[in-house]
Amino acid sequence: MKPTVLHPWAWWLWALCLGGVAGFTTNPLLLAWLALAVSTVTIMRRVDAPWARSVRAYFILAATVIVIRVFFQVLLGGSSGHTVLFVLPQIPLPEWAAGITLGGSVTLEPLLYSIYDAMRLAVILLCFGCANSLSSPRQALRSVPAALYEISVAIVIALSVAPQLIESIQRVAKARRLRGHSTKKLRGLIGLVIPVLGDAIDRSISLAASMQSRGFASRRGKRSAAALALMVSAAMLATFGVFLLLGTTWLALAVLCLIAGLLGVIAGMRLAGRRLQVTRFNPPTWSGREWLVAASGLLALANAIIFSGIQPGIYNPGTDPAIWPTLTLPALAPLVTGILVLIPTAPVRLQAPDAAVLVGRQRPLRPSLAAAMEGATTPAPSRVANSRVPKNGVLTQVGQ
Amino acid sequence: MISFENLSFAYSPGRQTLRNVNLEIAEGELCLLVGPTGAGKSTLLGCVNGLVPHFTGGTLTGRVVVDGRDTRKYQPQDLADVVGYVGQDPLKSFVTDIVADEIAYAMEQLGISPAAMRKRIEETLDLMGIAQLRERPLAELSGGQQQRVAIAAVLAAQPQILVLDEPTSALDPTAAQDVLSAISMLVHEVGMTVVLAEHRLERVMHAADSMIWLPGTGAAEYGKPAQLLRHTSVIPPLAALARIAEWEDVPLSVRDARRRIQTGQPVLQLAQSSTSTPPSDTPALQANKITVRYGNTLAVNGVDLALEPGTVTAFMGRNGAGKSSLLWALAGGIPSTGRLSVAGHDPREMTPDASRTLITLVPQTAADLLYLPTVADELAQADKESAAEPGTALAILQSLGIELTPEQDPRDLSEGQRLALALAIQLTARPAVVLLDEPTRGLDYSAKDHLTQIVKELQLAGKAVAISTHDVEFAAAASTRVVLMADGDIIADGDTRTVVTSSPAYSPQMAKVFAPFDVITPSEVAIRLDGEVPAGTKGNPRPNDGQVAS
Repeated sequence: MKPTVLHPWAWWLWALCLGGVAGFTTNPLLLAWLALAVSTVTIMRRVDAPWARSVRAYFILAATVIVIRVFFQVLLGGSSGHTVLFVLPQIPLPEWAAGITLGGSVTLEPLLYSIYDAMRLAVILLCFGCANSLSSPRQALRSVPAALYEISVAIVIALSVAPQLIESIQRVAKARRLRGHSTKKLRGLIGLVIPVLGDAIDRSISLAASMQSRGFASRRGKRSAAALALMVSAAMLATFGVFLLLGTTWLALAVLCLIAGLLGVIAGMRLAGRRLQVTRFNPPTWSGREWLVAASGLLALANAIIFSGIQPGIYNPGTDPAIWPTLTLPALAPLVTGILVLIPTAPVRLQAPDAAVLVGRQRPLRPSLAAAMEGATTPAPSRVANSRVPKNGVLTQVGQ
Repeated sequence: MISFENLSFAYSPGRQTLRNVNLEIAEGELCLLVGPTGAGKSTLLGCVNGLVPHFTGGTLTGRVVVDGRDTRKYQPQDLADVVGYVGQDPLKSFVTDIVADEIAYAMEQLGISPAAMRKRIEETLDLMGIAQLRERPLAELSGGQQQRVAIAAVLAAQPQILVLDEPTSALDPTAAQDVLSAISMLVHEVGMTVVLAEHRLERVMHAADSMIWLPGTGAAEYGKPAQLLRHTSVIPPLAALARIAEWEDVPLSVRDARRRIQTGQPVLQLAQSSTSTPPSDTPALQANKITVRYGNTLAVNGVDLALEPGTVTAFMGRNGAGKSSLLWALAGGIPSTGRLSVAGHDPREMTPDASRTLITLVPQTAADLLYLPTVADELAQADKESAAEPGTALAILQSLGIELTPEQDPRDLSEGQRLALALAIQLTARPAVVLLDEPTRGLDYSAKDHLTQIVKELQLAGKAVAISTHDVEFAAAASTRVVLMADGDIIADGDTRTVVTSSPAYSPQMAKVFAPFDVITPSEVAIRLDGEVPAGTKGNPRPNDGQVAS
C-alpha cells in the first residue's frame, strides 16, 4: 500500500489542541506528562524529511525559555514569598530604579510560580515544534482557500529563506576568518551581513524569474470589486456582532450579526477565489483518519476544559503556600485522548531511494574510467546513503 | 521557431547590450550561445521567453517572435507553455520542497486538470530518468539530480523550446555530463529546440547544430560552430589546435581531430618541458595524517602532503572527494586532526590575523571575502588589516595585470575580476602558501588564461600554490603537480604531465588527440601538414607507447 501522508491541517489541529491543553494547566507533573506524550507521538509518527529534523531545536528553545525565566526570577524576583531558599548579595540600585531589586533573598513561592508558568509556555512551544515535524508547514500553507493563495505563496517562500540564510551565514562567517576578521565585533558583523544580504537578494530574484517563467500568475482573472466590498462589509458586520455580544443584552441580534457576517466573509472568499484558476496536484484529502486525528486533539482539549473546571486545584496547584502538586487519574484524561491518535495513524516514510539509484549516482562517466580506477577507489559514501537508506538499501515502508 | 528581428536592447539608455540582432533558430536545433562574460548571453536568452524586458526592465526595440508569438505582447508566464527556462543554480529556482510537487508546479499554474497532471508527471519523470526520486526532498539531491529536476519542472508544461543559461556552471564534471547528455537526448529523441549558453565549450560543441557568437560589441553572429570557432575570441582547446594547424574548420570532437592528425602528418614541438623535478629544499607546508570529519562523514582520511615553494599543485577528483575540505583544513579554516606545519607554525593554533601571513585561502565564492562598497575601500582595508604600507594591495592587484576602477562596487565586477581582487587582498599579507578553492568556476576562457598567468607569476615569486579544480584543461596549463583524490584519500600524486596523460578521465583534449605523445596544452603543439620536420623538434612518444586507457 502506498504510504499516504495525513492532511497537514489534521496534525496541526491536533498539536494546537494539545498546546491548548497545556494552556489550561500549570501542574508541572501534568505538563511533564504532556510533553512526554506529544514528543512520543512525534517521534513515532514524524515524516523523514529535512523540515522534520527541527524537533531538537524546539526542545532546546523550550528548555531555554525555562532557564531564562528562572534566571530572571532569581536575579530580579525580590522576596515576596516567605520560604527563603538562599540569599544572594543584594546590589543597591540608584534612586530612579526604585521597585527593582537586584539579588537579595530568593524565596520558594514566586520561584515555583515562575517555573510552573515557564513550563506551560515551554510545552506550548514544543507542541508547535511537533506540528512542524509531523507535517510540512509548506504543505499546510498550500492547503488554504484560493482567496488566500497569494499570501500563502509569500509565506511559503519566506519560510524557505530561513534555512538558506543560515547556510549562507555559516559560509560567509568561515570566509571572514580568512581575512583575519572576527565576526564578533561590529565591523565584522557588517562584513557578515552584506554578503549574506547579497546572497538573499540574488536568490529571490532567481526564484521570482523561475516562478514567472513557469507560468505563475498566468491564470488570474481581474480582481473583483464586488467580492472585496462583500468581504469588508461582512467583516465589519461580524465585528459589530462581537461587540454587541460582549456589551449589550440584545443577544439574538448579536448572534444574528455574527452569523451573517461570517457567512458574508465565506461567500466573499469564495467569490474572490473563483478568479484563480490554478489546479492542485495531489491535494491532501480530509477523510476518516483525519477526522479521528482531529477528534483526538479536540477531545483532549474538551477534557482539559471540563476537568480544569472540576478539579481546579489539580490543574492549577497553588504555590503559596508551596505544596507538592498531585495528579489524579481523571486529570490525565486529556493525555490519554491525545495519545489515542497513534491508533488511526501509521508511521510515514517518504519514498527511499532504491539501491539502483545509489549505484547510479556513483557511476563513472565511462567504463574505461571505472577500469582505470578499479581497486584504487571505492564509491564515496553518499549523504543519502548515510542518513536515509537502511544498510541493505531496500525500500522501507514501516507498518504498511 | 525563434526569430530575432532587428533586436536591440539596453538596460540603461545609451549602453546597448544587444544591437541589431537578426537571426533565426530553426525547429529541432541545438543552438550554442557563446561569448565572453558580459557580452549579453543571459540577456539574449531572457529575450526568448520574455523575461527580458518584462522582468528585468530596460528598453527593447525590434521584435522577438517565438512560435508565432511576439514577446512584446506576451508576458513570460504566458509563454510558459512554449518556452521552458532553466537557470544556473537549480536550488535557487525551486518553489516547492518535493520532486513531484516541483514538477507539478508549472502545470498547476497553467490550470491543467489533476488527472492529466498525474500522467504528465510520470512521463516527465521517466523522460529525465528520475522516476525513483519522485517523493524525495529537493534539498537532499545531488547537484546533477537537482538540475535534471529543474529541467523536468519546465518540461512538464510541454514547451517546444528549452532555454538553458549555463546549466552546468554549478556542477562537477560528472554531473555536468549527466545534464548535458539529458539535453542532447531531448534534442535527438524528443525533437525539442534547445538554446544553450555554456562556458566549457569542449563538452558540448560536438552536439551543437548551430552557434550564436556574441563578441561583446552588442552584435551577434550566427553560423556553424566549426566555422565560427575559427575567429571567435573564445577558444576551446580544439579551436586553438585548428588555428595552429591552419585548418579551415574546427574539429568539434577529439575523434575528428585525431582523424585529421592521422591523415595529415603531424609534427609535434613539445615546449620546454616544465616538468622539472620539484626543488628538494624545505617544503613551505608539511602536513601529516590530516583528517577532517563532519559528524559521521570522513571527508579527508589521514592525508600526508608537502607543498614546495615555487610549485603549483592541482587537486582534482569528483565532488565530495575531499579536495575543498583538505584545502580548508590546511588553511586552518575548519577543525582537523593531524600534524600541520607552515614555516614551523601550526595555523590552527594561531589567530586568524597571524595565520594569514603564513597561509591564505581564496574560497569558492570569492565575493564572500568582499563587503565594502568600492574597490578602493576594499584595497585600503586590505592594507590596514595586513599592516602593510598603504598602496600595497593596489600594487599587487596591478602586478596581477588587473586594472579596476577604484569607485566600482565589487559586486558589479565580473567573476574573474572579483577573483583577482580577492586574491590581491589575500596576498597583501604576504603568505608563503596560497590556496585557491575552485577558482575556475564561472570563468570564461580569457579569464581562465589570465588566471593561468597569475598562477605562473605566483609560482615564479616562490609561493607554494595549491588549487582545487574540476577543469582538466586549466590544471594542465597552470599546474606543475597534480594530486588526485577520491573518497578522502590521495590516489595519485605526481607531476602534471605524467598524471594527466595516464588517466583517461583527467586527460586534457590535447592529450587525447595526440596520444601516445604526451602533449597537454595547445601551446605545445606545432603542426605542419606538409610534413616537413623542423630540426630537433620531434615529439617524444610516451614510454609505454600504449593506448589511452592504461
